Amino acid sequence: MSTLRALAKAQAVAAGVAQPVATVRHLHLSDRPLVLVPLAMAGEANAPLAALVGAAPDEARLLVVPQPRNREQRLAFAAELAEAVLPHLESFRGVSEAVPVDRGRDVRYRYVDAPQLIVPNPAGITFLRLLGRSTRFRRPDGEYPVHPSVPLLGRWLTFFAERAEHPGSAALVALTEALTLHWATGQSAVEDLHLPALLGWLDPPPGTTGAEAAARAEDPQTCPPAGPATDPDFDNHRLAPAMAAYAEAEDDPVARAEAYAELERLLRGQLEPTWELMWRGLGLLRALPPGARVAGRWAGDRDAFTGYAEHVDAGGGPQPRRDGAVAAAVRLHRLERALASYAVQRAYDDPLVMAEHRLTGEAFVGDVTLADPKRVDDSGKRPVLRPRIQVVTTEPVLVPVGATLYSPARPAQKAKVVFVTPAADGKTEVVLELSGGMGRGLTAPPGSVPEVGERLCLTTLSDAYLPAGNFPAPEETPWTHGGPPAEAV
Amino acid sequence: MTDTAQRLAEIRGGVPPRRHNARTIAALTGNPGCTRRAVLDSAGVDKPKLAERIGFPARFGQSRFAITRGNAFEAQVKADGGVELLRLVAERLGVPVPAGASWTDLGGDEDRPERSRAALTAPGQGAALFDHPLLGLDVAGRRVHLEPDLVAARLGGRFHVVEIKSFPVIDGQADPAKVSAAAIQSAVYVLALRELLSTAGGDPELVSPEVVLVCPRDFTNQPVASLLDVRRQLLVLRRQLDRMARIDDLLAAVPAGFTADPAADPAALREALSTVAARYAPDCLAACELAYFCRHEARGQTAALGRPVREALGGVDGVDEVLALAAGERAPEPEQGEAAALLRAAARLRADALAGNPS
Repeated sequence: MSTLRALAKAQAVAAGVAQPVATVRHLHLSDRPLVLVPLAMAGEANAPLAALVGAAPDEARLLVVPQPRNREQRLAFAAELAEAVLPHLESFRGVSEAVPVDRGRDVRYRYVDAPQLIVPNPAGITFLRLLGRSTRFRRPDGEYPVHPSVPLLGRWLTFFAERAEHPGSAALVALTEALTLHWATGQSAVEDLHLPALLGWLDPPPGTTGAEAAARAEDPQTCPPAGPATDPDFDNHRLAPAMAAYAEAEDDPVARAEAYAELERLLRGQLEPTWELMWRGLGLLRALPPGARVAGRWAGDRDAFTGYAEHVDAGGGPQPRRDGAVAAAVRLHRLERALASYAVQRAYDDPLVMAEHRLTGEAFVGDVTLADPKRVDDSGKRPVLRPRIQVVTTEPVLVPVGATLYSPARPAQKAKVVFVTPAADGKTEVVLELSGGMGRGLTAPPGSVPEVGERLCLTTLSDAYLPAGNFPAPEETPWTHGGPPAEAV
Repeated sequence: MTDTAQRLAEIRGGVPPRRHNARTIAALTGNPGCTRRAVLDSAGVDKPKLAERIGFPARFGQSRFAITRGNAFEAQVKADGGVELLRLVAERLGVPVPAGASWTDLGGDEDRPERSRAALTAPGQGAALFDHPLLGLDVAGRRVHLEPDLVAARLGGRFHVVEIKSFPVIDGQADPAKVSAAAIQSAVYVLALRELLSTAGGDPELVSPEVVLVCPRDFTNQPVASLLDVRRQLLVLRRQLDRMARIDDLLAAVPAGFTADPAADPAALREALSTVAARYAPDCLAACELAYFCRHEARGQTAALGRPVREALGGVDGVDEVLALAAGERAPEPEQGEAAALLRAAARLRADALAGNPS
């Protein structure tokens, strides 16, 4: 928790309403996100109980499992969910765009849009991950055949759950996390996991404070939990009798239909309040303008979607239960790079996020007081353009001489610190030598060198491309990591 | 009755002390710095009733589906005199599976403490499983009987606590929160079992700090055994129990006449509770029946926002104080100088960015 965010939380307590911690939206929002609110049966290993799913507020489709302990009914649920999810995914596989690769020597294709799944909270992501795990190895043939859509759904859910671990990805989003990325409430992080309470702080009803609205949202009688766990009182006093009635009516089609209708009514009653909150939360996020680098990250999601769709088309197998040593190292490396780049991109996109880095001395803002845009360094073999500028700042400058700084306004340009001189009134003068982002000639194009009077943010954070690490092929796994994997039997 | 016992009885009111079980003892380790909780738990106050009486009922319901599932799985694992259980435990411990083992159910009798002691301390080296042993532990100077839902397995001359839980282990991984709850509960049993052996003149080290956890594997009903090392939990538990044993020190800080008798007037109870210091943290919501009351009381405190928030705010206690320091409207205490400078800088940067100044 940065001090800046913590201060926003303190301000939220005093103001009685959540406070912004971002000025732009840091994630892509689809025009037609597939909202999914799952419920699980208490005590079972991820047994689905019910779900509301749909891509628009008035398109909620209710799925119900009358007896979640029954495996066939669980698989029927998976098949029904596949009917709702797979066509949605397929609908994004129409139009592709060409992307140049290998410095323009080659080209690859990716879909111009990709599906986005939204669940209420991180536990909802875990639910989908486990549902994917329990269905992706199922087979349409053999001893317990399932509908072919079930393992396919399992593979796609696993794809989305793995994507959700990727920092900056918006393929599968937990709404509580998306909201707390942009607003700070006056309650703790644990309490923020409860979507109704979180929205109570974000958008309290007229005449109430966020704290009051959140307290009201904590009562499961008036505000059912956002799942996947259900309210124990609901289980004991309403769901259990309804399930028993359904089981007892086995031989009586009329009574059975009635019992089923009652179960549907009960579960819809638990799910619908969350459904409303999901769209309200999405509306709040949609009102924020997207950050400049959001589209680039979404392109990464589109790449991943395209890649996995091609993998499935080519008859590729389901994701393994556990990664091998090399695959795990590659994944970790990819996640680390994504995490670093995501943090930098958010700071570049959003002055309020950059302020967190300014507070810790990783960035400062100052005014350009001197500029020599024509300066040429001819000490080397070839003369090169190396303009110098002087920036005066009131903020503490913790970077050493020789450090390389970057500015969000000109991300391709490097600024090397040449002198740091304390000046009057606690100000600091910093002289910087610029390289890059100014074309190939010895004259800088207009606008490529900061001019006197410009206000500039300089930071050690770099959004430059980080080359990927080198990893051995799986069959060359070193002995320190278990050696090459045994041949699959 | 000693003075302390008399005092605790007054605090509790005219009811017998609430019985502890492994879950409540394990919960004691959650927030060791909280005096209010230590006093109430030492006195054996009926906290759920107390919380309801003062208008902040706890929300610790358990779904009957979960209970049914837990019981069914346990019955399945223990079926046939524990043959399957014995195999699982022996294989996990890496010892040869004995041809057979005696199965002693110590539950359901009147003279259970005696029988349990006799059975568990009887000489013998052969493989043996003891179901439902009744164990005792001293909590705040009072003997507490534990009726653990567990099996103590004696294999190769050592005892292992075997816990049967119904949460799944999927691809070798289980829900970390559930595993750590199981670990601390098991540690209570290990401690009690060790105490039983040492009072009978045996070697407490015969009870292994490695607990066998039996859970359903993946999405099936097949049991799988895993080993849990609870040495760290044992240390934590020991320390908290020692602290509660020194209840007199804690009571010295409690005003005379303090009562938490649920029969008393709610307003008076709230008033009385506020005289005993609590240390509320958001984690309490999952562990203590009184948490909603303490949270209400802690409103406006930075601690109620979570420890990371409080630390990021320089450890300043009150939200008002934080905002006043940030605005420069309040002179910092000598030890708050650094925090105040940080808060002022944060407030300035935040206002700057929100006003849309270019950065």
